[in-house]
Amino acid sequence: MSQVEQKEVDRSGMEVSDETAIEIINMNKWYGDFHVLKDINMVVNRGERIVVCGPSGSGKSTLIRCINRLEEHQKGDIIVDGTELSSDLKNIDKIRSEVGMVFQHFNLFPHLSILENCTLAPIWVRKTPKKEAEEIAMHFLEKVKIPEQALKYPGQLSGGQQQRVAIARSLCMKPRIMLFDEPTSALDPEMIAEVLDTMVQLAEEGMTMIVVTHEMGFARKVANRVVFMDQGQIVEQNSPEQFFDNPQSERTQLFLSQILGH
Amino acid sequence: MSEQSYVRTEMLSEQPAPLGQTGMLKWMRENLFSSIMNSIMTVVSFAVIILVLMQLIPWMMQPSWVSGSLRQCLDDPNIDGACWGVIRDRFNQLMYGFYPHAEQWRPNLAVVLMLVAVAPVLFDKLPRKMVWFSAIYPFLGAWLLWGGSAWTPILVVAGFAIGYIAFKMLHNMVGNMAMIGAVLAAVIWWLYGIGSVSAWLHSMLPIGIEAVPSSQFGGFMLSMTIGISGIALSLPIGIVLALGRQSDMFIIKTLSVGYIELIRGVPLITLLFVASVLLNFFMPPGTNFDLILRVIIMVTLFAAAYMAEVIRGGLAALPVGQYEAADALGLDYWKSMRLIIMPQALKISIPGIVGSFIGLFKDTTLVSVIGLLDPVGLIRTIQGSAEWNGLVWELFLFVSLLFWLFCFSMSRYSMYLERKLQTSH
Ligand SMILES: Nc1ncnc2c1ncn2[C@@H]1O[C@H](COP(=O)(O)OP(=O)(O)OP(=O)(O)O)[C@@H](O)[C@H]1O
Ligand SMILES: [Mg+2]
Repeated sequence: MSQVEQKEVDRSGMEVSDETAIEIINMNKWYGDFHVLKDINMVVNRGERIVVCGPSGSGKSTLIRCINRLEEHQKGDIIVDGTELSSDLKNIDKIRSEVGMVFQHFNLFPHLSILENCTLAPIWVRKTPKKEAEEIAMHFLEKVKIPEQALKYPGQLSGGQQQRVAIARSLCMKPRIMLFDEPTSALDPEMIAEVLDTMVQLAEEGMTMIVVTHEMGFARKVANRVVFMDQGQIVEQNSPEQFFDNPQSERTQLFLSQILGH
Repeated sequence: MSEQSYVRTEMLSEQPAPLGQTGMLKWMRENLFSSIMNSIMTVVSFAVIILVLMQLIPWMMQPSWVSGSLRQCLDDPNIDGACWGVIRDRFNQLMYGFYPHAEQWRPNLAVVLMLVAVAPVLFDKLPRKMVWFSAIYPFLGAWLLWGGSAWTPILVVAGFAIGYIAFKMLHNMVGNMAMIGAVLAAVIWWLYGIGSVSAWLHSMLPIGIEAVPSSQFGGFMLSMTIGISGIALSLPIGIVLALGRQSDMFIIKTLSVGYIELIRGVPLITLLFVASVLLNFFMPPGTNFDLILRVIIMVTLFAAAYMAEVIRGGLAALPVGQYEAADALGLDYWKSMRLIIMPQALKISIPGIVGSFIGLFKDTTLVSVIGLLDPVGLIRTIQGSAEWNGLVWELFLFVSLLFWLFCFSMSRYSMYLERKLQTSH
């Protein structure tokens, strides 16, 4: 996290509008008998950057995967960009093309080149002409600082580079919301910084982001709000300053002492 | 202290590595005689190979090519071993069965055109437009082999158009269920419509080539016809079955699993008997359903079940992350299967798929059991003839060589493909 702290992040451009991007109302989810998410309520405004943290198994991944229907919730409502998530396939496809997702293990398509990874969805989902899709892809590959790798295959890139490609691949769909599920936890320490830098840059441009991460330096610098989860519930949500310096619940204090403590 | 150092002023020119570090010798030492155990195995293996060859080569090297019968071979004092005259004498039959001599250019042409048709599928550097020829080849090839009115293959293709039109018309009324109507319309057309329409068109405008009935098919040509049709059809059906087996939809999943497990539990011979005897009972009376066509269907259905399991293995080997990434990008089911999942699953399954192809191709020899004259069936016919009665090895050797050549090329191609698709470094 120190890598991020060294840089002064310009937060002036990060205005949060009062338009709602995501609204989660009384959402519940079960895996069989196991109650993973319990009465989740959360509103994310456009341009807001939310960091979700909590102990392993607390349901962080499950929560953000419900937002683009990689997991199905059983009770309550999720409204993304004004569209309610229901079992209607049309709505699901619409939401998925508006919401980008970056995974812990990158999940690039190994049989396609970097460029093809980035152009595939715009061409097949957005029906963008190939040439234009390639231009967009190169634009975003430049943004994540690896345009020279465009013709290589994922297997030829380092972990940090792969994760930046994954971010570029999502951005090529011009999403309005980006979800990150522990984007740096599968990376070697020296590669974490390059990925976090990319994410900071994205935040500065006003992207609405929900980031599951344990990079507390990133949370402090970039987040508007930190959400702490434990045992399937949102225990506490607060501004980063309040959250780190003045945690309210005992569980939060315990968690913070564990990850910052030593 | 005296300065006593000597520095060479020129570089020594490069010298060849000492003998025993390069070439043959080095290779042999590393691979054949690296340890005592290895050396013993090398010596024993070589001894066995040499012994076998010492028996085999003199047996094979016989001036028997021109002999006209086994008697002639036995009587000739110069011949003490293989009697190759049988291959010369019956070569045409082993290749074409009883296909009329004057028409044999047609299977030959069909093979050449087949190579053209598969080329763009096998090698992706060729122009994509060639795929159009690949699409019409099945009809063209079948017409070349069986002959008859040129209208028939055209009308068969028209069946797809009829299915499509039926789909379009029904789609507004019943949505996706229109698929069933479309298939039904096409099948009815193929079974009842084509015969009379083709005859009528032919009487108006007779173009065509001499018809060759299935009963005259035989030899390696028959194996190729059944084998290649089976290969080309079983792969797509296998893919659909593998996807069906993974489906969330209960009915589709149950049907796929049921089909696969049923077919895999039944010997191919049984299915071939069903094809030769039973299948006609299920057909509407009056339709004469070609025996070879029936066999192709059975072989395909059989191979597809195995293919489905091979491909399922490939699907299972893919990390779930691939499905999730495709979903998260907004690709729908069919697009994610086509663009993300299948290319990778098929690549993983190449060895298994080619294994199934090879198995299928060799299984075509089973058709001799239901009286079709494939090369193995012909061996028995030839052995039963007056001239070649009592001959054993030569024919089997020759037929084995034919099959081996075919299967070995498939195996080599699959290795080439695996290397080409290697993208990790
Ligand atoms: N497919 C599943 N079936 C059953 N239980 C599951 C499934 N996926 C997750 N779980 C359980 O749900 C709980 C929440 O999982 P989730 O992955 O959301 O946790 P997390 O907070 O992301 O943890 P981590 O920090 O380890 O990633 C865990 O107890 C997990 O064992
Ligand atoms: Mg997780």
